[in-house]
Amino acid sequence: MGYVAIKGGEAAIREAARLMEFLRAQGGGAPLQVDAIRDQLHLLTSRVVSEGGLYDPDLAALALKQAAGDTLEAAFYLRAFRSTRARLAVTAAHDGAGMRLIRRISSAFKEIPGSQMLGPTPDYLQRLFRFDQLTEGGDAFRDLARNWLRDLPGPDLPDTFPKVIDALRAEGLLPPPDEDPPPAFDITRDPLVFPVSRSAALATLSRAETGSILAIAYSNMRGYGDIHPTVAELRVGYVPLMLPHPLTGEPIEAGEVLVTECEVVAMYAPSEEAGAKPVFSLGYGACFGHNEVKAISMAILDRSLQKGMALAPGTRPGNPSEDPEFVLLHTDGVDSMGFCTHYKMPHYVTFQSDMDRLRATQAKHGRQPATGDRA
Amino acid sequence: MSTAHRSAGYAFGFLDDRAKKELRRAMLKAVSIPGYQVPYASREMPIARGFGTGGLQLTLALIGPADTLKVIDQGADDSVNAVNLRQFIELTCPGTRTTKRTAAATLIQTRHRIPEHPLRADQILVLQVPYPDPLVVVEPSEERRKTMHGEADYARLWVKLYEDMVHFDEITFSHRYPTRIAGHYVIDPSPIPRWDVPKLHRAECLYLFGAGREKKIYAVPPHTDAEPLTFDDVPFRVEDFTDPATGRRRACSRCGATDSFLDEFVDDLGRKTHQCSDTDHCLARLDARATAVAAAFAA
Repeated sequence: MGYVAIKGGEAAIREAARLMEFLRAQGGGAPLQVDAIRDQLHLLTSRVVSEGGLYDPDLAALALKQAAGDTLEAAFYLRAFRSTRARLAVTAAHDGAGMRLIRRISSAFKEIPGSQMLGPTPDYLQRLFRFDQLTEGGDAFRDLARNWLRDLPGPDLPDTFPKVIDALRAEGLLPPPDEDPPPAFDITRDPLVFPVSRSAALATLSRAETGSILAIAYSNMRGYGDIHPTVAELRVGYVPLMLPHPLTGEPIEAGEVLVTECEVVAMYAPSEEAGAKPVFSLGYGACFGHNEVKAISMAILDRSLQKGMALAPGTRPGNPSEDPEFVLLHTDGVDSMGFCTHYKMPHYVTFQSDMDRLRATQAKHGRQPATGDRA
Repeated sequence: MSTAHRSAGYAFGFLDDRAKKELRRAMLKAVSIPGYQVPYASREMPIARGFGTGGLQLTLALIGPADTLKVIDQGADDSVNAVNLRQFIELTCPGTRTTKRTAAATLIQTRHRIPEHPLRADQILVLQVPYPDPLVVVEPSEERRKTMHGEADYARLWVKLYEDMVHFDEITFSHRYPTRIAGHYVIDPSPIPRWDVPKLHRAECLYLFGAGREKKIYAVPPHTDAEPLTFDDVPFRVEDFTDPATGRRRACSRCGATDSFLDEFVDDLGRKTHQCSDTDHCLARLDARATAVAAAFAA
């Protein structure tokens, strides 16, 4: 079987792994420490915890190291690890008002109750190279954190901040929240069987690949849809992880989770519900870690999907961003990356079968002999 | 970072026990409703989606220490993906045995082929599935397809077959040939060649199909009808290995078999040769011949 290139794979697989290790080490620099990846590439780590669906920044950083920085692969490591762990508890729904904020903005109002807080964002940075970072020294680097902490004013932030959308609700510009929401859908324990609930859609979007949902949300922004969103509030911060005490059952704080949360308000439309008073409507996005593009894209898609979900059975959605199957089944990075990669595997048998059909068809059309034999 | 809780080994079969229980329940349902696609919450495996994660989950939920496992990819045990899957199962299922011999296996995971030798009642074949739904060629929406399956409404699939005849005078389904199970549900039998489809019909063994990315499990139980969709006047035809130059059926260049699915190769001189796709079938024939020759010499 010597000439079947892809076979005899055992040695080839081993050597491929060794080559990957060589590529990592060939430059001869210092090995990347996992805490350096977690802290200095925190936005990358954020993306991986969110797409991996497992809030463990240490493991996400290790995954990034093993995957040589490939976000799709790194998220995949977290997902696979997740499959070995049982689901032990379910937390209660968390109200984002109690978030320990590091950033909070609204593009709907100049002044919001509790006021805006720009926090860490590259939005207003000039993207010019800082060539001094080519030779950054350890002492100067450590001073960055030390000096910032020294200059920190006393903690005068309140524990909670009111939500902007609550003010809109109080004015009757937004509908009131669902009095009795259905229990959350766990996409890790139940498959999506269409039609799916909004909860299932939100959970799927929250784990989705950032670029994938950005692309579909962007299509809606550009005119393949008509959400016309305004960011009512965008928050980044830590929400307490409340778990029932194993003995008393009382909720206790077991840690905290960095989350990005976004609410967009969509322009009111004439006739989604006949006879109803016109109101704005809401799109919601939230994901693990600090990833604002993802949270905003998710909020837009939540709103566009609500429009698609409200259609009468049998009615085709007008745009890809309003089609739940289109959006939810094509934006998971682990699924789509894996299936794309699989085309590199051998397909000899199916291609043999394809050739058989083509040769038979060609023979009937009298264009060529039934065989592909070369003369 | 702390490593204390990171170093624990993996459980037998990698998956947590509740995931295995869910898989087994879905498999039981699939066997009870032949051809019906049972949705399940497919877990992520450390192998990429598209590389057999659906089949792998079934294998891991089925395998026990007494099992002997065979893994096939494109008919061969030694292609990279088969090697990789087998190594993963060996790593996470200590105590189980693996084999390359079809007859010695109790559990076989396969991609794109069914072994040439008929399987026995004590064997299970797990097929890896990229597209579980044969209706996807005529209807993109899963929700609509579900209704069509429930109503056994395969009209558009028949129309597609008819249009093939109009356009090409041939049905163009080469592999993944739509096959009706027990008179109701039509399945996508996974990308096996048409050559393998008749092996599904009233077999001794259980066929299980696992689609990991698409999150579906279905089954063709033993002694169940499996009929490829065909018209009365257009018979179902498997791949044709007749050599048009001689009019004779091509043979495997290694073992001489004229009853197996053949892979086509072009050698360094540009000549076309053929070999058995099922490597165990080929080796078993070669072994039998070597034994016969040895016996003749000994006599």
